[in-house]
Amino acid sequence: MLITCPYCGARDVSEFTYQGDGNRQRPAPNSQDLDAWNDYVYDRLNPAGDHNEIWQHSGGCRTHIRVVRNTLTHEISAVQPVRPETKPSPVKPAGRRGARP
Amino acid sequence: MASRIGVERLSPLEPVYRSGSHGRFEDGVEVALSEIRPGSIVQVTAWPGEEQSAAAAIRAVTGLNMPDGPGGGVVASDQHAFGIAPGKFIVTVESEGLVAALVNAIPPAMGAVTDLSHGRTIIRIEGPKAEWVLAKFFAIDFALPAFPLGAGRSTSHHDIFAQIQRTGADRFDICVFRSFARSFWKALCHASAEVGYEVQ
Repeated sequence: MLITCPYCGARDVSEFTYQGDGNRQRPAPNSQDLDAWNDYVYDRLNPAGDHNEIWQHSGGCRTHIRVVRNTLTHEISAVQPVRPETKPSPVKPAGRRGARP
Repeated sequence: MASRIGVERLSPLEPVYRSGSHGRFEDGVEVALSEIRPGSIVQVTAWPGEEQSAAAAIRAVTGLNMPDGPGGGVVASDQHAFGIAPGKFIVTVESEGLVAALVNAIPPAMGAVTDLSHGRTIIRIEGPKAEWVLAKFFAIDFALPAFPLGAGRSTSHHDIFAQIQRTGADRFDICVFRSFARSFWKALCHASAEVGYEVQ
């Protein structure tokens, strides 16, 4: 599996570290909303198809990236930096199940 | 910085650094390995939005004009600079004291300057088979069109991080953590044995 890092270009997956589900919304640190915390900590979409993920190019430029990966085929349909300042152009998969924008 | 204690720099390769020809060199050596010991190895990290200002500060201090874009770098006679990550650059020069000059040119609001002179070891591989030997270590394209002169690449060999700059048509400088340098050097010697290598 190759992931195209926005800075380094296509690299082998062994250079990358999975940093978790990219759909999570962290509640405010002082939030008392237990449902929101429960969603953040435990609830996952677990889709069979496109999935928003956070990866880090830990064996290269160390940038954190948003990746849309198909969990059935490992096809990677979008990669962009997490940090908005370095975002070249937002790529959103439209209307795909399990890939909440 | 003024109160820094002067610690002598020692090469981590010393116990295994054996000058001369090694491996299968009956028909000549096809790569040369050496440790280059620049006086200063400095990393500059620009805060988001300050990348251009930091590159301009590096240019003002060293005269090195890095091209824009990922991994862009430049090689002058005894000083090198290249990008290793978004907003991050490695600058090496022959003389000591580069870090003080860069700290003056790059205020804390623009970015951070880190002196890596003792923390990194730079290994040079040069020769017609340099690309061949490096291709055994790293899953990146070393061909000249894909990896142009002066450009830098951040990658890793297993868990040894390497920042590689092409400093010549068949010459690469590999910047590794000092503590991993001896192990990496030994691996590089093993990988070079089949083509015959000379340690300079």
